[in-house]
Amino acid sequence: MVAVVRFPGTLDHDSAARAVQAAGGTATGAWHQDTELPAGTTAVVIPGGFSYGDHLRPGAIASRSPIMDAIRRHADAGGLVLGICNGFQVLCEAGLLPGVLRTNATTSFVCRQMTLEVIDHDTPFTRGLTDTLSIPIKNHDGAWFGDPTTARIVLGYGHENPLGSVASAAGVANQAGNVLGLMPHPEEAVDPLLGSVDGLGLFRALVRA
Amino acid sequence: MTTTPLHRQLGLTDDEFARIPELIGRAPSDAELVMFSLMWSEHCSYKHSRRLLRRFPTAAPQVLQGPGENAGAVDVGDGWAVALKIESHNHPSAVEPFEGAATGVGGIVRDILALGARPIALLDSLRFGSLESARSRHLFTRAVAGIGHYGNCIGVPTVGGEVAFDDRYEDSCLVNAMCVGLVRSDGMLKSAAFGDGNLLVLIGNRTGKDGIGGASVLASAELSEDDADKRPSVQVGDPFTERKLMDCCLELAGADLFLALQDFGAAGLTSAASEMAAKGGVGLDIDLNQIPLREAQMTAAEILVSESQERMLGLVAPSQLDAVLATCTRWELDANVIGTVTSTGNFTARHNGEIVVDIPALALTDDAPAYDVPQVPADPPTPLRLDDIAAPDDLAEAWRALLARPNVASKRWIYEQYDHLVGANTIRRPGGDAAVVRIPGMQRALALTTDCAERHCEIDPRGGGRATVFEAARNIVCTGARPYAASDCLNFANPEKGNTGWRLAEVIEGLSEALESIGVPIVSGNVSLYNESPARAIYPTPVVGMVGLLEDASTSIGHGFLADGDVVILLGGGRARVDASEWVGDAIGAPERPNLDDEARLIAAMLRLAATGRVHSAHDVSDGGIAIALTESALAGNVGCHVHLAEDRRNDEVLFGESGGRILVTCAPDGLDAIRAAAGDTPCAVIGTVGGDTVRVEIGSEIVSLDLTDARAVYELTLPKAIA
Repeated sequence: MVAVVRFPGTLDHDSAARAVQAAGGTATGAWHQDTELPAGTTAVVIPGGFSYGDHLRPGAIASRSPIMDAIRRHADAGGLVLGICNGFQVLCEAGLLPGVLRTNATTSFVCRQMTLEVIDHDTPFTRGLTDTLSIPIKNHDGAWFGDPTTARIVLGYGHENPLGSVASAAGVANQAGNVLGLMPHPEEAVDPLLGSVDGLGLFRALVRA
Repeated sequence: MTTTPLHRQLGLTDDEFARIPELIGRAPSDAELVMFSLMWSEHCSYKHSRRLLRRFPTAAPQVLQGPGENAGAVDVGDGWAVALKIESHNHPSAVEPFEGAATGVGGIVRDILALGARPIALLDSLRFGSLESARSRHLFTRAVAGIGHYGNCIGVPTVGGEVAFDDRYEDSCLVNAMCVGLVRSDGMLKSAAFGDGNLLVLIGNRTGKDGIGGASVLASAELSEDDADKRPSVQVGDPFTERKLMDCCLELAGADLFLALQDFGAAGLTSAASEMAAKGGVGLDIDLNQIPLREAQMTAAEILVSESQERMLGLVAPSQLDAVLATCTRWELDANVIGTVTSTGNFTARHNGEIVVDIPALALTDDAPAYDVPQVPADPPTPLRLDDIAAPDDLAEAWRALLARPNVASKRWIYEQYDHLVGANTIRRPGGDAAVVRIPGMQRALALTTDCAERHCEIDPRGGGRATVFEAARNIVCTGARPYAASDCLNFANPEKGNTGWRLAEVIEGLSEALESIGVPIVSGNVSLYNESPARAIYPTPVVGMVGLLEDASTSIGHGFLADGDVVILLGGGRARVDASEWVGDAIGAPERPNLDDEARLIAAMLRLAATGRVHSAHDVSDGGIAIALTESALAGNVGCHVHLAEDRRNDEVLFGESGGRILVTCAPDGLDAIRAAAGDTPCAVIGTVGGDTVRVEIGSEIVSLDLTDARAVYELTLPKAIA
């Protein structure tokens, strides 16, 4: 069962839960004040949004929520954690992923369909994925900044690099590969009606776990 | 030194002031006078437009809630209703564009929320002065940023809208926002208070001094040079609190814990509470000391009329109060009981132990003045003589130049700053005729558009009103959806001056005739008058927000060409003219008044075409004429076309002339018979084929073409360059 975490200001929890279902899994909600993940949780997704209105820094306040201790324990035990957009920001702020997300190079919000390159196929999330994925971005603070020589960059924007990420990074994993954060929104790419199903693979990985 | 009497400072006329004692049996207190001044302002009472608005067709079988509530609603089947409303936030945006536009979004979202509906889509209709003006660039870029900031943060996709630039909006920009929401038909909330002893619960933000007097100070008078002084009257938005308010109120509504719900809009608590009381025929007893304040020193009048954002007023049964407060606490929102329902019929307010307001609620609402506006017809328009306009030397260059006008060029720079996807239901994204949004959990989808033919309205308001409705309806049917319901936002200059009152009446007539001809009701709306400075008045700008219903979301049609070899068809027989066109770029000439029967038949024909399942693309021919329509479809599909047009007039008129009633359709060659049969007696001319990497038009012996790569660069780079 995949736990979908919700903070005040989380926006994409319903879409993420639907994506889990589209991948053949079952989703359940986890509230930010919970101290344990729901019983039976096998994987965790932290969906996008503007938790706490991006006050202080995006993800900063959410990263100190009670639920994050439970997520840390889950990750330390090798469980899969997927952070999307604000979820990526939360994981960086929590120290579960390296680097930070800075304001886009455009200094504006950017909503655009992107072609992502799968750089690292050797994580539980990306094993068996095609080399490119059509998935949209939509964020204001999505420029990853960190050390590309030590960080495990899993997904990239290629030459386009619309947000100004270091090494054109779109998604970064921890060294073990069981925690992945990405700025693009795979939950917006799980239905042919919406133009792409390339996001399904990431959710299938969560369901398999 | 003579001092202006308080009532005049507040915007009340001497006659209006004299009516107050007749209604309440004594002289009003200062707080009461402030309340009257706001509730009787144009913005709250529609005193100069109310009588004219009765003309709108509001009845139809699908209508579940017509005008009169916070928003209208229509039945979309399976027990679900769609709520919709469009509203202006023009004057605040002209003073402080970022916060003005942002709080415009916040306000319209709460109107939808007040029905207990979950907001699922936003659209914005914008008008600014020429982008050559530094002030207009500032207003435009900051308003877009404000809309994005608020809409993105609350997680409601901004899926569509429109923008135009014209000197006539240099001093009075227009920012209209539309919201669409989804609610169970049997769970739809109303705003009327009822039941002696039921409790008024204020949920959300604390009350501060922001927006005090906004409705009368800003929205009901012309702007002048000292408007910087009015900056404190502009509200400040907090989208994070709005999101929590949405989540919390929807949870409470879903648990049937609200007996009624109302948002705080113009005139704040005064308006929210008096409307709840008046609609329910009850009184309310409110203790102002129970309202959490952001600043310590606020007078009773300030608390009563503050337009602080992100507040909702719920009516709650005493037995359910604990459950309501617990949910609010969970969402980290302030919630306080501020009053109770009484049987007196009076709006009573206490402050520091004293009764500061005690007046019949109806005096504030139903007894507001209503005026007829002067009906001075403008001179009938004279058609343009084509001979008076220089023919372009190089048609291809003229075409390219037209594509490079901000009014024509791609609006990507705007909509990429808006999250148009959140919710994972956006099937057709911004940039086409209408956005298509799946109704969550249903096979059906909604097509959404906002439109206005303001230059046409200036010249022939009756015809412009019709043209506005038919353009919106064509945009809807191009996606395959059936026009289903509409909301209107009537932006006009000062109705007491010149021809404006007549134009207002004529536009309403034109809108109504057209809506009746296609069976679409108006279910909600808003009026914004006094969009005028000493130097200039805006065009009559009646923005129509229209919702279409598509039975099967998977059948929606896009505007981009689909495949090499497809047949290009021109559906409809409208005759292109340059009068008031984008090509001429001015409100001059005499554009043809749309024929009600012809336009309604075209809309029905397009729906029959869509039902064949053979249509590959459909695109309304509008600003810039057929040349621009072809270019847009080619760019969207990334494939060119080759068409032949009859040389029956001057070539620039053939290429760039506009008229109602034409839709560009493509289909595979083997679908043509089915398309022709579906068109029936509506003109359906094959004009060319899809293919290649140029848009190539033959008019008689002349060949004009535009390279797609070049066209894309012009189309996409115009707006970013214009504001750089």
